[in-house]
Amino acid sequence: MNDSIELTYEVSGDDFTRAGEASSDCKQKLKRLGVPPDVIRKVAIAMYEGEINMVIHANGGKIKVTISMDEITMELADRGPGIPDIEKALRPGYSTAPEDVRSLGFGAGMGLPNMKKYTDDIHITTELGVGTTVTMKVKL
Amino acid sequence: MTVQELIDSDMFEVVNEGSDTDRDISKVFCCDLLSIAMGKGIADAAWVTVMGNINTLAVMSLTDMACIILAEGARMDDPGMAKARQQGFTILRTDEPIFDAGLKIHERIQ
Ligand SMILES: Nc1ncnc2c1ncn2[C@@H]1O[C@H](COP(=O)(O)OP(=O)(O)OP(=O)(O)O)[C@@H](O)[C@H]1O
Ligand SMILES: [Mg+2]
Repeated sequence: MNDSIELTYEVSGDDFTRAGEASSDCKQKLKRLGVPPDVIRKVAIAMYEGEINMVIHANGGKIKVTISMDEITMELADRGPGIPDIEKALRPGYSTAPEDVRSLGFGAGMGLPNMKKYTDDIHITTELGVGTTVTMKVKL
Repeated sequence: MTVQELIDSDMFEVVNEGSDTDRDISKVFCCDLLSIAMGKGIADAAWVTVMGNINTLAVMSLTDMACIILAEGARMDDPGMAKARQQGFTILRTDEPIFDAGLKIHERIQ
């Protein structure tokens, strides 16, 4: 069963006019592949939150989406500052978002909790000064 | 009440009349923090907010909300306007406070 499909995206940092493009492109492609709407919704929401986090907190990065027979895996890798305390970052309401992005409506500290809520599995590896990789899976 | 009926009601100024305007408005949803809206947004809701940017539209589309009402005199920025026209999202606006705007719609969908 090697017939999985892979999508890759480059996400540029600090460009809010383009932030969310990867998630919406992925959403369109999943729709065309006939993936069930509830699965698409979960993937799109989780990926959007992860994509925005890369733009706001990590100066961009790369996203790889793998669609296999039984699950969709999203791997978001950045070379940002890393996350000092993952447990704290996952806490609803925790945010270090700067003032300029708060004025756009970000910074509720609900992005990572949403990513956890809408996926079946989330795994974060991070190293300070090196970067962060968030891997999320949604079962089909 | 459908989105089209809301547009035609003259309750709010029409910023962009989108496609898919025959959908029924299910509920009024009020929130300005995007990731809370992302987690709690209700399908087919009329979303009253002061956040008028491209990210508002992304949240609206991903949560399948029916339209956006910008309250308190808020405006959609230029990238957001371009996106709304291109994707066919319905956007209305008013100088009224969020609660008043939301209540007006709520009373009509009862
Ligand atoms: N890729 C990342 N690199 C570095 N830090 C991150 C990254 N993703 C999240 N964080 C840290 O975790 C915190 C919580 O993230 P979360 O997405 O939950 O909230 P937020 O982005 O601050 O606000 P929002 O509710 O708009 O998403 C961030 O404020 C930031 O400190
Ligand atoms: Mg976030």
